[in-house]
Amino acid sequence: MHKITLSHGSGGKLMHQLIDSVFMKELDNKTLNQKKDSAILTIGRKKLAFTTDSYVVKPIFFPGGDIGSMAVYGTVNDLSVCGAKPLFISLGLIIEEGLDKSILEKIIKSIKLAAKRSGVEVVTGDTKVVEKGSCDKIFVNTSGIGEVYYRNLAVENIRPGDSVIVSGGIGEHSISVLSKREGIAFGTEVKSDSAPLNGMINRLLSSSGGVKFMRDPTRGGLATTLNEIVRSRRFGIAVNEEDVPVTRGVRQACELLGFDPLYLACEGRVIVIVSSKSAGKVLSVMRKDPNGKGSRIIGEVCGENKGFVYLNTTSGGRRILEMLSGDQLPRIC
Amino acid sequence: MKYIDEFRDRKLIGKVARQIREAVKPRRACRFMEVCGTHTMSIFRFGLKEILPGNITLISGPGCPVCVTPNAFLDKAIALAGMKGVIVTTFGDMLRVPGSYSTLEKEKAKFNSVRMVYSTDDALDMARRNPDKEVVFIGIGFETTSPTVARSILTAGKEKIKNYSVLCGHKTMPQALRALLDDKKIGIDGLLLPGHVSAIIGVKPYEFLVKDKSKGCIIAGFEPLDIMQAILMLVKQKGPKLEVQYTRVIEKNGNPLARKAIGEVFQKADSEWRGLGIVKDSGLEINKKYSFFDAEKRFKLNVKPPKENKNCICGDVLKGIKTPEDCRLFGKACAPEHPVGACMVSGEGSCAAYYKYKARVYA
Amino acid sequence: MCLGIPMRLVKINGDEGMAESGGLKRAANLSLLKDARVGDYILIHAGFAIEKLKTEEARKTLKALREIGA
Repeated sequence: MHKITLSHGSGGKLMHQLIDSVFMKELDNKTLNQKKDSAILTIGRKKLAFTTDSYVVKPIFFPGGDIGSMAVYGTVNDLSVCGAKPLFISLGLIIEEGLDKSILEKIIKSIKLAAKRSGVEVVTGDTKVVEKGSCDKIFVNTSGIGEVYYRNLAVENIRPGDSVIVSGGIGEHSISVLSKREGIAFGTEVKSDSAPLNGMINRLLSSSGGVKFMRDPTRGGLATTLNEIVRSRRFGIAVNEEDVPVTRGVRQACELLGFDPLYLACEGRVIVIVSSKSAGKVLSVMRKDPNGKGSRIIGEVCGENKGFVYLNTTSGGRRILEMLSGDQLPRIC
Repeated sequence: MKYIDEFRDRKLIGKVARQIREAVKPRRACRFMEVCGTHTMSIFRFGLKEILPGNITLISGPGCPVCVTPNAFLDKAIALAGMKGVIVTTFGDMLRVPGSYSTLEKEKAKFNSVRMVYSTDDALDMARRNPDKEVVFIGIGFETTSPTVARSILTAGKEKIKNYSVLCGHKTMPQALRALLDDKKIGIDGLLLPGHVSAIIGVKPYEFLVKDKSKGCIIAGFEPLDIMQAILMLVKQKGPKLEVQYTRVIEKNGNPLARKAIGEVFQKADSEWRGLGIVKDSGLEINKKYSFFDAEKRFKLNVKPPKENKNCICGDVLKGIKTPEDCRLFGKACAPEHPVGACMVSGEGSCAAYYKYKARVYA
Repeated sequence: MCLGIPMRLVKINGDEGMAESGGLKRAANLSLLKDARVGDYILIHAGFAIEKLKTEEARKTLKALREIGA
């Protein structure tokens, strides 16, 4: 008897298997096959980006954010990394009966603020209430439409020698949420990195022509996203562990739980692949933005080890970074 | 002193690596076993195999509860998760380990009856907060972990938390090492012994490794410098000796309070190891005085006979007699997504690591 | 088999301790440790302090490593 388990939703190998074996098998079409963060649609002379994402997070309020703002920023970022200016979003809510109205109001206020901050409008919505136990407090879905203003972003443009940049400390979102979870809870200074990236991405795309590709490392984290980029390509990526920004709070939590920060989700970070010539310029533009202050070059695209991501470890060793295989679980050994 | 970063100093690691290279030159090949799964994890995480000279081979030993817990035990835990009114609490480690027919993670999906905890204190809390439910803790691990489980039983006894019990699958290290080394064909020249087990049991229980088995042994810490230094100590040994590298933690007699807790609640028992079979006196069971908290006695478990694959050669891989590629199941019936044997179960087990690095060949 | 991380003990209340490291705080069960004092570095495994860390020994280890081959 096959059952869907939590691991199928964690953004790693199992999720990709599910996508291929169920969704692609039945729904396959040219746009979907591109497997991008957003679908790129041509309507008349315009190119539009269209994306959707559902948000379930426990707890719904966490240090540095909440389910509402996260749902707005997530969709804004999925559009932005495709070179689109996010314009309109929809809001679908599934609410568990018995939820305090004040909590709902708090979430909607947060959505309002997040939409304002990222310059998008919520233009349509839907609400369903389900029986107690049928969902956990509240689930949020957002879809978004944006106009593509930068058309040269594609994995196919990536070449050996290109630089890989990440826009700040990784794993902060995951750790902030985990720190409040039952059975694991710990005190931490770490706040979620959840933030809109459209402003920064717009500035970096208009500053330099050398940007080849972007992606936000959400579920499965940096390691999984990099693996998605190299998958069945004629290049690999080498990452230098000591250059990867990890704050001490995240590092410490990882020691405690036996986690690898490279596999933790971010909600306000972007991976930028840029020609080495333009890397310095792009980096300085990113660092000027409040959401990109911690940007660093973490590695480069290489011609050898095709299809693989390699990590040069802080200790001077080397290992393959695989795609996440099921969510990381706190461990004692 | 923060006890972490100091022991990850790249320059020092490089220096020790050069020393190892020098010291090992005159020897043909060395095969060392890192007994403990946490050592395996560190070696993997810090990429230490790439730093070591080619004539040193590290073999992962039986010190990983995830790897050596047999199907029969997992089947019981899984059966508990399917029982009405039962909450199964477990360390995250065990959630995905396959039993004969299912995993705890899959049962969680079916019955929503499995909770992950970081400590037995969290499991006890769950029992306090859910007095109308039975909270069972899945007790796995070696001497480092068993005292924490013993403490939870002692606390439950004192506070009369009657809805708490433990499914006991604890194992002890020295007996397993003896069983492993009893095989004359064994291809191991020296051992890195588990630092945190030793923090509890001390140094003495390993003396037979030198006396009876003539193996050089180092009790080692888990940071990259610890492991590198321990390997250097091993290659420099002239004749088998038992030495302690992890001096900042290890007391000669271990931790008496922890050993007392184990002794109060548990007694020795024969125990089954995935890959090694049943090893005499290598496990712990809850003693008579505390049998009230024994989940096996409290619940009538209806478990189908366990299914083990007879072609699995994990035992010989663990002993360093065979390599993963000698196994008929390797990469076919047994792969990381559907592991059969101990060495494939944990992501860093010998077979899983082998598979990963040969991924291009087997993809 | 056994992850253990060093943290500093910042509060003691009977067998209940609070340990801190790098801004992270977590309850630590002290029932397996004799004579724990605030300020000690303790080794935590599965929520329990299983041993104290010895600064002097740690220094000695590092010193010996620095002096190798020098």
